[in-house]
Amino acid sequence: MPKEIKRVRMLVTPEGVPLPLELGDAGQRAGAFLIDMLILVGSIVAITIFLLFVSKSIPGKGIDRVLGLIWTIGLFLLRNFYFTWFEARPRGATPGKRALGLRVIARHGGRLTLDSVIARNALREVEAFLPIMLMVASLATRGYQSWILICALGWTAIFLLMPLMNRDRLRAGDLLAGTWVIRVPKRPLLPELSADAEETLFTEAELDAYGVYELEMLEQVIRQAQPAAVATVTLTIAQRIDRRHWSDDGGPRDLAFLHTYYAALRGRLEHKLLYGKRRADKHDRG
Amino acid sequence: MALTLPFRRKRDPDPPAPVQRRLDPLPSARFRAEREADWRRLDALLSKVEKRSAAALTDEELLALPTLYRATVSALAVARETSLDRALIDYLEGLSTRAYFFLYGVRGRIGPRIAAFFRHDWPAAVLSLWRETVGSVLLLVAGTIAGYALVASDSNWFMALAGGMAQGRSPSATTQQLRDILYKGGTDGLEGLATFLFTHNAQISLLCFALGFLLAVPSTILILMNGLTLGAFLALYADRGLAGELVGWLFVHGTTELFAITLAGAAGIRIGWAVAFPGRLSRLDGMAAAGRQSGTVMAGVVVMLFVAALLEGFVRQLVTIDWLRYLIGGAMLALWLAYFYGPAGRRR
Repeated sequence: MPKEIKRVRMLVTPEGVPLPLELGDAGQRAGAFLIDMLILVGSIVAITIFLLFVSKSIPGKGIDRVLGLIWTIGLFLLRNFYFTWFEARPRGATPGKRALGLRVIARHGGRLTLDSVIARNALREVEAFLPIMLMVASLATRGYQSWILICALGWTAIFLLMPLMNRDRLRAGDLLAGTWVIRVPKRPLLPELSADAEETLFTEAELDAYGVYELEMLEQVIRQAQPAAVATVTLTIAQRIDRRHWSDDGGPRDLAFLHTYYAALRGRLEHKLLYGKRRADKHDRG
Repeated sequence: MALTLPFRRKRDPDPPAPVQRRLDPLPSARFRAEREADWRRLDALLSKVEKRSAAALTDEELLALPTLYRATVSALAVARETSLDRALIDYLEGLSTRAYFFLYGVRGRIGPRIAAFFRHDWPAAVLSLWRETVGSVLLLVAGTIAGYALVASDSNWFMALAGGMAQGRSPSATTQQLRDILYKGGTDGLEGLATFLFTHNAQISLLCFALGFLLAVPSTILILMNGLTLGAFLALYADRGLAGELVGWLFVHGTTELFAITLAGAAGIRIGWAVAFPGRLSRLDGMAAAGRQSGTVMAGVVVMLFVAALLEGFVRQLVTIDWLRYLIGGAMLALWLAYFYGPAGRRR
């Protein structure tokens, strides 16, 4: 729990409603970068093969020159504007980030401007591309100056580990551009649980056994509907509120009971909320 | 009919009268039922926008977005106070966040943004970097003088300073060969040359900018190196009495290219400065401000280098008359100076 809270930043909207923003963690960031690099390298290879194929099938020297031109420009654009292009769009995410539910925002939720996106991505040049080029170069010339390889690795390591060394998981580019990378997972609207619960009779004492924390746990159990968990929770609740029950081992009967109890408990707790009483959990006697 | 539950009182044969639960839905469920359609509509609109772009929406939908967003955010505020449906609150938080960043997160459409960039943002950013630009120019000049002096005193320095850029130009070449390089025009593969020059130079200046992050030291070294190479060439050509011709040759694209590289260096220096001496701002904020400003400058530098590559790849190869070269280069320089330091950057 505390670990999660540490990565949540509150953004207060102009309407005065606080929204929790969850910062993307280092693993997700690295994953997104890897996906993007695969896409980048993949498209470079694909473009190269395609252009080679075209130049084979159409004879003539002029064509080769045009294709060479397209190749050079294409590579340049991909290398320098792949990230910028996608991050400057309303979604604020490259395909890799999108796949992992991440997006780029300006720090404290302000406007993400084109300049910030350019700055944060120009820094990729020193963070990743420069050492990668150096490594490739020193590998290609085999053994020649292996110290370059070592320097490049050390260099990359410094920048790679940078997000782990600050609270906001910023890499050098984020630092420079004043950006954050946050998680915006797309959540579906789940069905209302209290809707199909049947009316039933619970005493106030039986409903006062639990608080909000247990209610939310119960909600999870019902939504996931794992027989083993349903059976255990049914038994626990029955014991706590002193009712004998014949369990069907997490089958529909147990689930129906949980449903009913959930609706009744939520009704009671929400009713109390109206009077400003929020009961955090079963230990909360206030 | 109520469900027959598998429960029976263990003790308590005479239980207290049980609380009669409402048959009608909970207030929070009713609250949700009344507003659910709006949320789903907002959700659908956002999905549409995120899949393509803002252009995918009709005007009516675009107008509906802020209203739906506000309704959703206030529903979230109410739900937090009155509802204990965790899944609902999570959903509303996610939806509000997505809508917030669509409405407030990104500035405008790409077309007007580009127009604003050329009309105001770019010259204004360059203007605000004038101190760093002066510093960068001084570094370049110092490098040039040093390079010139070194090669003039001992021509062995030339290869050390110009190295990879030499391409057959060296102290051992004949004067005629050196002259040929300046004037042998030809149109073969010009567009290839222009493209290569552009991508190469753009890469160098991006590096120059990004390296500013390391306290500006590498940026200044890069600028100095540029000057040294330039000085070395000058000295070599001056030795053969070709200095004026060389300057003309360089002038065509050089005024644009060197200006661009100088600006990239200035942007790097600004960042290094913000990292080292944040002043009144926090280091983080200072860096971010410097980053944004110089990000704009860098976008412009790429544009300038593109122009420079066209000049270098085509115009220089086709125009071999000295005075015309001077004229074109001088005109370009005047154009850039008027654009950056004229009224464009001061408006607003």
